[in-house]
Amino acid sequence: MASAQPIAAQEFSHVVVAHRQQIFRFLLASTRDVDLAETLTQECFLKAHRNWAGFRGESSALTWLMRIAINVQKDHWRNRRLQFWRTTRTNAVDVDEAGEWLPSGESSPEQQLLAREKVAKVWEIVKRLSGRQRMVFLLRYVEEMEIAEIAGATGLSDGTVKAHLSRALGRVRAELGGRA
Amino acid sequence: MKSNLTNSNPGKSEKGSARHGFEDAAQDPELEAVLRDFRASVHAWSDATYQSRSETTYRNPSLVHSPAPRRTLWRQSLVWALSLVLTAGIATGGVYEYHQRELARQMAQREAEHQRQLAQQQHAREVDELLAKVDSDVSREVPSAMEPLASLMAEDDTQ
Repeated sequence: MASAQPIAAQEFSHVVVAHRQQIFRFLLASTRDVDLAETLTQECFLKAHRNWAGFRGESSALTWLMRIAINVQKDHWRNRRLQFWRTTRTNAVDVDEAGEWLPSGESSPEQQLLAREKVAKVWEIVKRLSGRQRMVFLLRYVEEMEIAEIAGATGLSDGTVKAHLSRALGRVRAELGGRA
Repeated sequence: MKSNLTNSNPGKSEKGSARHGFEDAAQDPELEAVLRDFRASVHAWSDATYQSRSETTYRNPSLVHSPAPRRTLWRQSLVWALSLVLTAGIATGGVYEYHQRELARQMAQREAEHQRQLAQQQHAREVDELLAKVDSDVSREVPSAMEPLASLMAEDDTQ
């Protein structure tokens, strides 16, 4: 009984090591701001640490952490809206810059260039999606989460997740046009 | 207890077996290739950023337990300081305003009292002057009223 707390702390350390990079990636893709993604990742794990005792394992740790990350992000944007002195400057990187991050495979330079253009276009489209559509799209196509996991993380029903995903995908396809 | 703690994607084994309607739409190989490139792009960018930052930020796991990021602490301190200054300013302003009003009220009271005393003195002076005037008028009238008698007395003396 006396060692329950150190064991819980050890478990939490494992969770941090296992999922920190994924949470950071999701927040980076959502905000396109490295500093902000770092700050929100720290906040996410701080909240997770505070509430770790309440986690009963009904969902996977990643789903639970994603839910916290989504809420932390929502809180951040809500607070920004309320800041009457908010700065107009943003650290968000340009979509072209984000699109440059494409691992060079064995394809030709021309194909690489074409792929970069398409990726930059997808970044642009994702940027203009509604908040929920973007969140669901990133969880599905970047984090490769299943519908049930996305529903668990976002608090939406499976049907709503599918609807958002369908609309987001339809928009990506439509805007990519014949180029995809 | 918490057996699935580090299972990052427990549903991944189902992938491919249970396709959804919207996923059928994504069966377009070209669209899938674009989405795959997009995913690779995000992963590459995130990994590169994470690796470069891990030297400083993520090396020490205890950072997770730090109370708040430094930026947040700095902002909170600034907000607290501004709030204190604002509260002190409002309180001081209120006290100063009350003091000024109290002084003005006392001065007005004193002025009104002074005016009242002046008015009383003026009134008393006017009454005194009026009485004096009446006295002088009466004293001047009496000799003229007695004058015929005085002349009669003078005639008696001659007889």
